[in-house]
Amino acid sequence: MTEMNMIESLNSALDNMLEKHDNVVIFGEDVGYFGGVFRVTDGLQDKHGLQRVFDAPLAEGGIAAIAFGMGINGLRPVAEIQFADYIFPAYDQIVNEIAKIRHRSGGEFSTPLTIRTPAGGGIKGGHHHSQSPESQFTHTPGLKVVYCSNPNNAKGLLTSAIESNDPVIFFEPKRCYRGPFYGDPHNVPTWKGHPKADVPEEYYAIPLEKAEVVKKGDSCTVIAWGAMVHVAEQGIRDSGIDAELIDLQTLLPWDRDTVVESVKKTGRCVIVHEAPKTSGFGAEMSASIQERCFWHLESPIIRVTGWDTPFPHTTEWDYLPNPKRIAEAIKKTQEA
Amino acid sequence: MSSKNTNSMQTYTVPDAPFRPGDDADFGDKWAEQPGDLSRPDPINCVHSDTEEHAHGLIRVLGDDDMASGEWNPELDATELIRGLEMMMRLRIFDDRMIKMQRTGKLSFYMRSFGEEAVAIAQTMALDDTDWIFPSYRQPGAQFVRGRDMVSMICHCIGNTEDNIRGRQMPVHYSWKEGHFISISSPVGTQFSQAVGVAMASAYKGDDQATITWLGDGTSAQGDFHYGLNFASVFKPPVILNVVNNQWAISTHKNLATGGENFAARGLAYGIPSLRVDGNDFLALYSVTKWARERARAGKGATYIEVYTYRAGAHSSSDDPSRYRPGDEFKCWPGGDPVERLKNHLIKIGAWSNSKDQELTEKIDSEVMAAYKEACKFGDLANGPFPPASTIFTEVYEKVPWHIQEQREELGK
Repeated sequence: MTEMNMIESLNSALDNMLEKHDNVVIFGEDVGYFGGVFRVTDGLQDKHGLQRVFDAPLAEGGIAAIAFGMGINGLRPVAEIQFADYIFPAYDQIVNEIAKIRHRSGGEFSTPLTIRTPAGGGIKGGHHHSQSPESQFTHTPGLKVVYCSNPNNAKGLLTSAIESNDPVIFFEPKRCYRGPFYGDPHNVPTWKGHPKADVPEEYYAIPLEKAEVVKKGDSCTVIAWGAMVHVAEQGIRDSGIDAELIDLQTLLPWDRDTVVESVKKTGRCVIVHEAPKTSGFGAEMSASIQERCFWHLESPIIRVTGWDTPFPHTTEWDYLPNPKRIAEAIKKTQEA
Repeated sequence: MSSKNTNSMQTYTVPDAPFRPGDDADFGDKWAEQPGDLSRPDPINCVHSDTEEHAHGLIRVLGDDDMASGEWNPELDATELIRGLEMMMRLRIFDDRMIKMQRTGKLSFYMRSFGEEAVAIAQTMALDDTDWIFPSYRQPGAQFVRGRDMVSMICHCIGNTEDNIRGRQMPVHYSWKEGHFISISSPVGTQFSQAVGVAMASAYKGDDQATITWLGDGTSAQGDFHYGLNFASVFKPPVILNVVNNQWAISTHKNLATGGENFAARGLAYGIPSLRVDGNDFLALYSVTKWARERARAGKGATYIEVYTYRAGAHSSSDDPSRYRPGDEFKCWPGGDPVERLKNHLIKIGAWSNSKDQELTEKIDSEVMAAYKEACKFGDLANGPFPPASTIFTEVYEKVPWHIQEQREELGK
């Protein structure tokens, strides 16, 4: 095991994949010579060559389309969209082309690509460097949607995403690239010493479609993904309640069995995400959970989310779910 | 499959930048193109094919001897030129102060216009005062031309209680309706096609307003660039479409943005008169924009301009260009420094002096410093105060709907 931050572990996954599979190629804006604006692809062009790790023109629609074409012709492209906020010029390619090619061709064609994209707030990025648009992709049959939360699962999940024969949208919580984030902007630890910063240098994979129970508990099930896993962990500590914490990891298709089993045990549920509440992925989960667990529920399912507004700049700490809001929600589930 | 394919077909090309860290950048000492090389076609009767040479050449006015010449010489009087110089100096000093604020934690982020000061300033000076400015993040200089108060600009960059956009966007994403300066967006290139719509609205309403917009060489790879050119070609609204070819898009060299010869020539295929201009030559920039404005006024439609320049500074305060290009590359740019070039021209014609320049620098310095101190009274990033959290919920819609009102009450601020 080596201690890595999330940037290093993602880099390690990409390096392993380039070594292991001749047909993996990596491209995106600034990813080649420069190594990416967040340094995730640092050193890979030098090591693996210009044809395998390269800079793309500034055209997200083009990047997605090229990945689509490479994917149906035998490659496993890993494209980077520099910020998830900039993925929308590629939306048509992703939703109408990439997600549907297997189905529309009767299984003749498929495109095993991965689109990596840094997402989420907490870096003073304002409207256009902070959004978390996962639900815009979980509503698209044909995609797999993954959201890592720590160095260890970042590497293991990215490996599985690249090796998946289905297209994967892979969200990386940029707030957590260099450390976990517990919701306090004045106390920002690094990954140093964190158990999830232990990352094997060699190949390993964490299966998609599986959630991880981060902390066991009996009184409430708290579900989160991305940076919110750590904020929720702090919220549980602050609540003083013995809640169970589930890191969903894959959002589409999501691990319903693990979630249902937990909610049946606890009878209470809080879902946390930083994207806006309305039509957020928490809505889908909440509906599914009540379909399966209605007779086990002791109190209403509560969502703690970003507000239904554009993501702000200077007031982002009032926008993002924080431990206080999460702790209050957990306590509220105990009232009934 | 194998990447070490031994078949005869070659792999694809991945272009590189001409110079990388450790290399000696060499673009040649001077431009081959000289002032006077290119005629100034009649703007009213000009069609795209009349600009074939202008799209492949380089329009210059200021020569290597610092004198102005040729048909494109706008013959501006010294007072106007000194005004242009002052605004470029103001922008540069302002940028330097803002970067210092960013470095000391008083701003979250900043982007300078270093090396490209002439672009927005000369071009905005060539327009009417009520023409629409639809900028990218490298044209804040237009606001100086239109007289925006520096305190207000700094308050926006800080995102403090006097920020006119209430701390909602990152620094440098100015919005200033009074100055007909349209809100800047981070996703690159979106303004380029939108500007054509703004111009079509002006034409529809019969307003005598033209619209100017810019995007970068890198951004010209986006769909919005092509949407903009094509709609402008079809509907012929009063719009001036600029590609600022400053060689770099963060670390992406312009060789990744086009495999073609240049950017100006693309406009010809759209049937739009297309010019390529030295972007560090204040007079040439002013002149081509004036020409485009005459076409707009006469109802002759769009003009497309490649502004050939060099991004002398980092992309932003988050960027470190020494990782991907020679540190002194900008000093090797044959176009030189736009501020120095105009200053040298003014000295050469006897309208300016080094002592006057020094005096003006000190005056601007103290004005910028005073504006900075005044702005910080309304809060800075390190210490606040910021706009109240309630501003998260307002202006999402015209009226706050029930679900957002509930969330505002939940936040309790």
